[in-house]
Amino acid sequence: MSDLLYSEVEDDLRAGVRGMLDDKAPWGEVLAGTERDEPYDAALWGAVAVRLGCAGLPVPEELGGAGATWREAAVVMEELGRAVAPVPFLTSAVLATAALLAAGERELLAEVASGDRIAVLAVPLSTAPGGPATGAVRAADGTLTGRVGSVADGAAADVLLVPAPDGLYAVDAAAAERTPVISLDMTRRLCDLTFSAAPARRVAGGTAAVEAALTTGAALLASEQLGLAERCLDLTVAHLKTRYQFGRPVGSYQGLKHRLADLWTAITQARAVARYAVACVADGDPDTAVAVAVAQAHCSAVAVQAAEECVQMHGGIGFTWEHPAHLYLKRAKSDAIALGTPDRHRAALAVLLDLPPA
Amino acid sequence: MSTASPDADELGRRVGEFLAAHDPAGAEPLEFLRARFAAGLAWVHYPEGLGGLGAPRALQPAVDRRFAEAGAPSNRPERNGIGLGMAAPTILAFGTEELKRRFLRPLWTGEEIWCQLFSEPGAGSDLAALGTRAVPDGDGWTVNGQKVWTSMAHEARWAILVTRTDPDVPKHRGMTYFVCDMTAPGVEVRPLRQATGEAEFNEVFLTDVRIPDEHRLGAVGDGWRVATTTLMNERVAIGGAAAPRESGMIGVVAGLWRDRPELRTAGLHGDLMRLWVETEAARLTGERLRQALTAGQPGPEGSAAKLAFARLNQEVSGLELELLGEDGLRYDDWTMRRPSAVDFTHRSPGYRYLRAKGNSIEGGTSEILRNIIAERVLGLPGEIRVDKDVPWKDLPR
Repeated sequence: MSDLLYSEVEDDLRAGVRGMLDDKAPWGEVLAGTERDEPYDAALWGAVAVRLGCAGLPVPEELGGAGATWREAAVVMEELGRAVAPVPFLTSAVLATAALLAAGERELLAEVASGDRIAVLAVPLSTAPGGPATGAVRAADGTLTGRVGSVADGAAADVLLVPAPDGLYAVDAAAAERTPVISLDMTRRLCDLTFSAAPARRVAGGTAAVEAALTTGAALLASEQLGLAERCLDLTVAHLKTRYQFGRPVGSYQGLKHRLADLWTAITQARAVARYAVACVADGDPDTAVAVAVAQAHCSAVAVQAAEECVQMHGGIGFTWEHPAHLYLKRAKSDAIALGTPDRHRAALAVLLDLPPA
Repeated sequence: MSTASPDADELGRRVGEFLAAHDPAGAEPLEFLRARFAAGLAWVHYPEGLGGLGAPRALQPAVDRRFAEAGAPSNRPERNGIGLGMAAPTILAFGTEELKRRFLRPLWTGEEIWCQLFSEPGAGSDLAALGTRAVPDGDGWTVNGQKVWTSMAHEARWAILVTRTDPDVPKHRGMTYFVCDMTAPGVEVRPLRQATGEAEFNEVFLTDVRIPDEHRLGAVGDGWRVATTTLMNERVAIGGAAAPRESGMIGVVAGLWRDRPELRTAGLHGDLMRLWVETEAARLTGERLRQALTAGQPGPEGSAAKLAFARLNQEVSGLELELLGEDGLRYDDWTMRRPSAVDFTHRSPGYRYLRAKGNSIEGGTSEILRNIIAERVLGLPGEIRVDKDVPWKDLPR
């Protein structure tokens, strides 16, 4: 059985990332950013990707990365989830990086791993592993034509990795028409991409690179959901200890504390399944498909539960724009749809486990 | 006498020497177990001379594994869960040297089975409300009262017993803890039949039972603190190997789903997949807890594990009955029986469904566990207490 605990190196990494996020991405700043035009926080991304060197964690040192594994990247995902940080880590440092690693693409990978360039896999954020990631864009004579909707961080990208029927293509982002989307989660913005005979370079044949990216992304998304859920629980517990109604702290009511005990239990489980999924991805374990589907089916629900409880248990203030709860709610619900809904992952499991539907 | 606590290598060496000197296959089981106790390889974290070597508790599973692999006689811990899990650590913490030497070895070898006389008809979740009275009587005590939910009482030689010794002080302060001889005059054990038809548990009536003062654990009036030690140990789970995927009830239902396509419906498929994922999540959580304990990082996740286990057992067994349809209407056996262990896999689906209802009540109700998690793990404020400063005798009941 894989190691499901955190190493000392991971604990140190977590402390470094959390300290930096506390300093540079307090929620008030994140909230203000959602009303600005910039599609992501470039200064924050510079700190995460370059200063802390997190952009290329799973990339071997000889390919320009940090020579760590996906496990360390997952710890960064937990912390970014806690902060709902508006940076393209999932999209560039996880999805695109996994695709480039699988494709054996060296030069672009090194640029992405160093944080110098942001690469984004051009699929709708809702795409599940095993789902159709191609079909909307066709390739001809070294160019791409077609449309892809709801691409996360598409507006932040320097390079787009576009699945086409005969493989994966790299396209200069400036060669695509990018239409920003008003997104449910404005801390991870979507855009619609249109390619009109855009010059493109094929970096991999087949669909294996895209599939690897989606599987890895789904595994690491579970860690983001874990971090988000923990943060929501922390916020809610802190509020219930200090909020008095009827002459007593509202946290003394069983109607609330029992729900939080259940949430804590679910988060405890989320940590185990998220660690298992990322360990499988890191080790190339044959159980990866099952582990990732379990992690997504479970952690999606836990993150949404945590964010919804956070809103409800804060009462009126939890429903306001000025309180951070809505940022978590929007991220949690978007994450539940991202890279496959829980139901799609359960359907995938039914196939993997030979538990066919009626 | 060793000065430093032995490490894994040292323990491995000692187990090897012991097995070389005591043929695990040919030995008379009780002699073998007594020798293992004498060698300090029974529970390695116990002190020397009391079955241990003062080693870290996390090293015990590896020792047990070595003995099992060698085909050594087992002390059959499943028969004496209360003794090993609750009585022994309490005796170790609060017993006199004499009591430790008298009780710990036959407890560990399984020569003497133990039971727990804690719950009463009027004191369930609120254990500290208990009313079984112990009154000083010469050089000992006389005990009167009724206990309930006592598993193994009909096979037990000894019991751990909590009594009320001072009704005039608030309830947590007036209790005293004893070891009770289950063969003493005045101890009457009656089977308590449960919803499944069988009787795993008992009622125990105590009528003018004499207990010598030497069998007291902890000071007079200090019974709550002693009982808390016992209950803390109940919730420490140290697992051996990881449970395999689809072990337990979900495996039964998954097998049924694969074997009987005619039973499948769309709604039940949704339920099955949801419960499969939750069971796998609970399994991985147990594995992570096991790894943390082995690494010397105990955490509070054990309470979460029990909460999840109870809910999943109930939901999965309920799903199984619905999936079975007509066959779900049948039961295997309502005969009043006295099982010594709970058997979830070899009895009928109806039994599983009914027995699982006990999982959220026994060993702390799910509601009490949620209070414990909320207050001790999350640090939320406690309940508003109306009984804290009231003498026990004046509490409404």
